[in-house]
Parts: sequence; C-alpha cells; structure tokens
Amino acid sequence: MTGRHVTAGRLARTAGVLAVALAVSIAAAVAIGPVHVSLTQALARADSPDYAILFRTRLPRVLLAGVVGGSLASAGAALQALLGNPLACPHLLGISGGAAVAGVFALIAGADPVSPLVPLAAFGGALGAIAIVGLGSRAGGRTTPHAVLLVGVVFNALAAAALMLLNAIVSYTQAQGVLFWIMGSLSTQSYALIAGVTAYSLVGIAWLMTRTHELNLLAAGEEGALQLGVDVERTRRTVFVAASLLVGAAVSVSGMIGFVGLIVPHLLRLALGPDHRIVVPASFLGGAAFLVWADTLARTALAPVELPVGVVTALAGGPFFLFLLRRHLRRAVR
Amino acid sequence: MTAVLAAESVSFAYGDAAVLHAVDVAVAPGEIVGVIGPNGSGKTTLVRVLSGTVAPAAGIVRLDGVPLASFRRRERARRLAVVPQDPVLDFPFTALEVVLMGRAPYLGTLGFPRARDLEIARDAMARLDVGALEDRPLDRVSGGERQRVLLARALAQEARVLLLDEPTTHLDLRHQAGMHDVVRALARERGVAVVSVLHDLNLAALYCDRLVLLAGGRVVRAGTPGDVLTADVLRAAFTTEVYVGVHPVTGGPVVLPRATV
Repeated sequence: MTGRHVTAGRLARTAGVLAVALAVSIAAAVAIGPVHVSLTQALARADSPDYAILFRTRLPRVLLAGVVGGSLASAGAALQALLGNPLACPHLLGISGGAAVAGVFALIAGADPVSPLVPLAAFGGALGAIAIVGLGSRAGGRTTPHAVLLVGVVFNALAAAALMLLNAIVSYTQAQGVLFWIMGSLSTQSYALIAGVTAYSLVGIAWLMTRTHELNLLAAGEEGALQLGVDVERTRRTVFVAASLLVGAAVSVSGMIGFVGLIVPHLLRLALGPDHRIVVPASFLGGAAFLVWADTLARTALAPVELPVGVVTALAGGPFFLFLLRRHLRRAVR
Repeated sequence: MTAVLAAESVSFAYGDAAVLHAVDVAVAPGEIVGVIGPNGSGKTTLVRVLSGTVAPAAGIVRLDGVPLASFRRRERARRLAVVPQDPVLDFPFTALEVVLMGRAPYLGTLGFPRARDLEIARDAMARLDVGALEDRPLDRVSGGERQRVLLARALAQEARVLLLDEPTTHLDLRHQAGMHDVVRALARERGVAVVSVLHDLNLAALYCDRLVLLAGGRVVRAGTPGDVLTADVLRAAFTTEVYVGVHPVTGGPVVLPRATV
C-alpha cells in the first residue's frame, strides 16, 4: 500500500495531467464558436477574417478566462483552508465585492480601464474585504462556518450597495463603463492586459504555494498548528495578501464571477484528497479549464446572444452551494 | 534529577478571570507527572501554558533550562508535542497524512515527506496499533482510534516532552490502558518526559510517578500518588466525600466515590 500522501512526484503528475487538460480545453474552446473558422486560413493570412476571429477575438478571451478562473479557484481553495471553512469562496465572502468597489473607485477617479492602477486598487479592495471578513468572524482563534458566511453576506450586501451608490452619482457615460466593468466580461481584452493580469496571478499563486503545507496543518486548528511549529500569524498574513492579489487581478479584468472558487476546489478535493499542496495548484489549473468551458458555454448556448459568464457559473454554483451547505449542516448535527 | 520542562510560579488569567495562581510543575526525563483536579481547576490551561500556546501572565516556563518563549516555533515543536483533548480537523485527511503532520517541524517549505519520515510515521502507527487505518480519513475512525492516531502524530514529532490533555476520557477500558501503556513505555524506554492531565484518579494512581493536584488554579498538593490521593486531601479539593482504598495488585491508592444519600 503506497497511500495517497503527497510527494513531489505526485504533485508533478497531477499538475501535468491538469495542464494537458487545460491546454486541450483552450484549444477546443478557441475552435468552438458560432462562426466556423479555418485554422489553415488563419495561419496563411494575417488579414483574413479567420485570423481576426481566432487570434483577435477568441484566443484572448479564452486565455483571460483561464487566468481569471485559475485565480479565483486557487484563492478559494486557500481561503477555505485558512478559515477552516469549506464553504468559503471569494465571491460569497464579499471579497470580489470589495475588489469591485475599489476598482470602480479607481475608474471613477479617472484611471484608464487598462492601466495597472485598476488591478492594484482591486487588490487593495480585496485585501480590505478579506481582513474585515476574516478577522470579523473570528472568535477564540477560530472562525466558525456560520459566522464567516454571515459576515460575508453582510459585507457582500454592503459592497453591492456601494457599487449602486457609485453608479448613481456618476455621469451617464461613466455609469455605462462602470456597469460594463462590474457585469464581468471576458471579451475584447488586449494581449498586453492579459499578460499583466497573468503576471499578478502568477505572483499570487507562487506566494500561496509557499504556505500550502502550513494550510494543511491549520486544519488541526490554530492551536494545533501552533503546536506543530506553524507561525500562524505569518501564514494568515501571507495567504490574505496572496489571495487578495489573485482575486484583485481576476476582478479587475472580469468583474464579479461567482462560485468558481467554491465548485472547483471541492470537486478537486473529492478526486485528490484534501492536501493543499496539491489542491491549491490543481485548483489553479482546474479553475482555468472550468472557466474556459463556462465561458464557451456562455457565448455559444444562446448564440448569437452572449450570456455573461457569471450567469453560467452562478447557475451551476448556486445549487452546488446549497447541496454543500445541506451536507455540512447534516454533518454538524451528527 | 533535572527537569526538562518546568513551570515556575506561573499565573494566567482569561481577561479578568484568574485561572492559575503561582503554579509550580516540573517533569524530569522518563517521568510521568499527572495533573489532576476538579472541573475548572485550571488543568487544561496549565497544558496550554506548558506548551507555549499561551504566555503566562507571571512566572516562566523553561524547556531544557531555556525560557520557552525564546524558542523558535519549529524548534519547540521538535522538543515538545501535545495531544489535545478535543482535536479538530477541518478537512478529511487520512490517518497517515495526520501522523505525517507530526514531521512538519523537520521538513522544508512544501513539507514533502522523505523515506525516513514515512518510516517514522508508520512505526508510530504500528506502535499504537493503527497501522491498518493508514488510508482511512480521520472522520471515519472511532473515537479511540482517533486518539491513538493523534498520539502517533505526537510520537512522529520525536519530542522529548509529551503533553497529554485527558487523552483517554472518551475511551473504553481496553483503549485507556493501551494508550497509557504506550505512554509509559515511551517514558521508560526513551526517557520521554510526560505531563498528563487526567480526569480519572485511578488511572492517575496507576500510571503516574507523581501527581499535581490543582484546585481553584493553585497546587494544593504534589507528590507520589500515595501522598496526594488521600481521603482528606481529595475531600477538600473536590468538596465531596470519597473512599480511598488499596489497589489489590499494585498496593497503590484506589479512589471510589461515596453516595451521600
């Protein structure tokens, strides 16, 4: 019996399989669309409509979906571990909301939507939201699942109100831009922007990875982790900041896309076990593939009408969340 | 006899509620010290202070003669292991994964276990008779198995000081004796110093070399089981009538409750 405990080899194999799945997903998603395009045509002539559709419209969108999905899912996995709460998710806890409020502030203050100021502001907003929700729901060194969800719900409502307020007081044209940004769109983004967001996300995930072993130990509670030699405060700070970076990066380019950070880590835990050294990187790759497919569904299901991808993830994620909550409550009763 | 872990006149309060008043406890290598006392007498708090989980308001805890607070956390975890009273585990890690967590203070950033760490973890599990549970998630084992897995985790830490907080309260007779037998073997064979909070005074008499009786956050008596477990001392500490007899085999004290009606 070899056991399923984590080794470097197992991490590499899992990441390899998921990376291949992601690459296949990206290729497939680029090929799928309401208009049939030919790759040979596109490669032959850079001024062909096939080239424009494949490389100017679809590929950037698919790549962006990947980065956003990976960021949200890995941040979700880490927050679940940190809060000791499998129901935590950047969207449900209002962290995406906090990032959106700060991002909209930056937009209204005159920041160019494609400048690095917006992701930075969103990062700051996410960090503030995590601090409020994470610390506000703590008691006796632990956050209870109920407290964290309640604080998250309240914070989420506050963020939504703040967004509506901001939207109400700005000019009509500004409001249009803001609304478009909040709604969450993965379309019409430049490669430069995608590269920038990817850089933020990679820093976030790399940083997060350095604390994944400690996140495992935190499952034994704060005191338990302390007694195993974990610097709990440092771990908490690092994960807060790294997760904020990931959520801020995602929200700054895609607005509010919910439930990715809930669904993906859960499914991966079922398949791979709870070890965060595997679950966090696997969530990055799996979340990327998940959102690539969700967005493909969003733009093809009712073509030519394009659904916001957040609608697709919410329609899948809402029932999934209720199912998890039921299971969680049943366990708590037992 | 030099103490490996010693609390010197430690006091502790949760807010305004004082819990420990100038408590002295010391344990030497190979020795088992039992901490007994009524509910709310400060036993669990004493374990938290001794483990460095909380800092005393006054007094000092020394590990190998050095103030506990001056140790780096990982270094402390290599020398001192704790088996908690009510262990939490937020995610369904398997028994082996949990025991491997005891190796954390020896491992690098990502904490991948080496062959030697696996060997140590599996030895510890075999010793506690939980080797067959290796791949079983910890939320799917019985309470007794769970406690033994957690003791195996402490063993895997290879610490020379072991703190146990009522490790066998929820266990049946066989598993109570089994756990304490393992702990005693560790003390005798490897010279591990053990501080064990015990609710059951008869287990305390049977397995501990010395006892510290706490009441109201103060040490009211310390010494051999025969010194501490007397009817007068216990009546005062627990404010109830007890009968103290003689163990038919060991000759040590046996404590029985007395009905007052």
